[in-house]
Amino acid sequence: MKKVFLMLLVLVLAVGMIGCGGGGASEDNSGADEGVTLGLVISTLNNPFFVDLRDGAQAKADELGAKLVVLDSQDDSATEMSNVEDLITQGVDLIMINPTDSDAVGNAVAAANEAGIPVITLDRSANSGEVVAHIASDNVAGGKMAGEFIIELLGGKGKVVELEGIPGASATRDRGEGFNAAIAESDLEVVARQTANFDRAEGLSVMENILQAQPEIDAVFAHNDEMALGALEAIKASGRDIKVVGFDATDDAVKAVQAGEMAATVQQLPKEIGSIGVETAMKYLGGDDVAEYIPVELALVTKE
Amino acid sequence: MKNKPLIVLLILCVIMSILNDRFWTWGNIITVLRQTSINAVIATGMTFAILIGGIDLSVGSVLAICGAIAASMISSGYDVVLTVVLTLLLGLGIGLVNGVLISKGRLQPFIATLGTMTLLRGVTLVYTQGKPIRTTGAEESVLFSKIGTGYFLHIPIPIYIMILVFIIAYFILRHLRIGRYIYALGSNEEATMYSGIKTDNVKLFVYSASGLLAALAGIIVTARLSSAQPTAGAGYELDAIAAVVLGGTSMAGGIGAISGTVIGALIIGLLNNALNLLQVPSYYQDVAKGVVILIAVLMDRKQKAAR
Repeated sequence: MKKVFLMLLVLVLAVGMIGCGGGGASEDNSGADEGVTLGLVISTLNNPFFVDLRDGAQAKADELGAKLVVLDSQDDSATEMSNVEDLITQGVDLIMINPTDSDAVGNAVAAANEAGIPVITLDRSANSGEVVAHIASDNVAGGKMAGEFIIELLGGKGKVVELEGIPGASATRDRGEGFNAAIAESDLEVVARQTANFDRAEGLSVMENILQAQPEIDAVFAHNDEMALGALEAIKASGRDIKVVGFDATDDAVKAVQAGEMAATVQQLPKEIGSIGVETAMKYLGGDDVAEYIPVELALVTKE
Repeated sequence: MKNKPLIVLLILCVIMSILNDRFWTWGNIITVLRQTSINAVIATGMTFAILIGGIDLSVGSVLAICGAIAASMISSGYDVVLTVVLTLLLGLGIGLVNGVLISKGRLQPFIATLGTMTLLRGVTLVYTQGKPIRTTGAEESVLFSKIGTGYFLHIPIPIYIMILVFIIAYFILRHLRIGRYIYALGSNEEATMYSGIKTDNVKLFVYSASGLLAALAGIIVTARLSSAQPTAGAGYELDAIAAVVLGGTSMAGGIGAISGTVIGALIIGLLNNALNLLQVPSYYQDVAKGVVILIAVLMDRKQKAAR
């Protein structure tokens, strides 16, 4: 009986590991110079955004003939560190890290630096360690995109409200900067600018107050969809006709856009981030210069 | 054929060395041991708790709050020794509270530590305001981070800590009276009580030890990352329990040894490393881990039944 179990264990392990590895391990033994192996340490694969990022990277790696090893940090910085160490052991050519946290990733980046393996960060940056390139959504361009859309929607003039995210957060700064740059070149007037901390309930209450104070509002730009959806509830209750533009293209927001309740939402393109990550990695390994920061475009989701 | 966990570990090693030529490199062995150290330290405390027929679910949360306290002490300029000592005392104190709830409060260990696990996770979030606390930049930070990232004679410091913890635990269980009481309590609580042993004190000792070791693990994690994460240690209690059970310790208490936990922790650490080295897609990794744990425990069970 004991032997049967032992055999079973060996069998399951062997079949499981070889099967899941998809033949990857055997390729690894055939020589290191045979093609390029890239590592991708991703913060979590329990979030569709990062699954998309992974898919984009995988597709690009397949296209360029590179091998991609994806490791999931499960939102745990210690696991992230272990994953990077394992990739160093494996001797990958370059490690792309989508950090769980910008500070905590520092020692992992340093470990790769020490092993002489170049690092590229995706979506979130690293606060320490040497990084070849950082690739992330261009939030400034996204804010500008939203601003220009509102200008067009209102025919170049009107009164707008800006609901800001958590003060000091990089998304708040960048999205606000882009939006206000666009508005500054039009006859639109920002009649209220307040924070609702990226929160739906706060979006609702802050918008209620603004509606009380401002008799004339034509449009609202919220730094994220949660606040936009909160504001939408307040506007619905007031019965006034005000266009709402959000940011992030969450499922709820896209539904609201399709239903004609929200005018638009700005969508990040995680697949592009992954794809450009791999492209940049291959370029760097090929000996080309790459930019330190590579902004990734965004898209505007409107009805139809 | 006495030591089943060891056989599982050896099988894993053999399979890995066939499948991957980078496995048996010095660098990778060191990596596996260093990655194992955190779970191993927690699992040692868990072994005590499980040996008396209890359990400590709060270890992950203790790790988080102690890591956060240590990080904020370092970043506000306290010296490393004071920080480590106070953090360990905090862990010990929390463990003592668990022990009091279980012994004097007559709570089920599962319920009591489920309560403190949830409570301390909340306290950590309140304390950190949901943000990581970084130690980089502070005066003592370089020395502090050595606890997690430093080397002595080419071997990482966490590995020494792990070995030291194992030796002390082994000594306590094998050579001290409290060790015998722990086994006695786990085998038969009533008989132990009637033979004049203060079972409450044994419980206080066990849960304090578990808290202390969780705090130690918290220090290692924080030093390794130069940053304390509010969500650190979530789910670590399950890895620790898995290590203990893989090591052949009975969940019913009374049966088991620290040497088993050593091997159990190594199996888990090795498995994580192996699945990564073999490039198993992450969704399948948990499946593989679950299968290995189940088979290993099943083997152990069959063996014990056959005895």
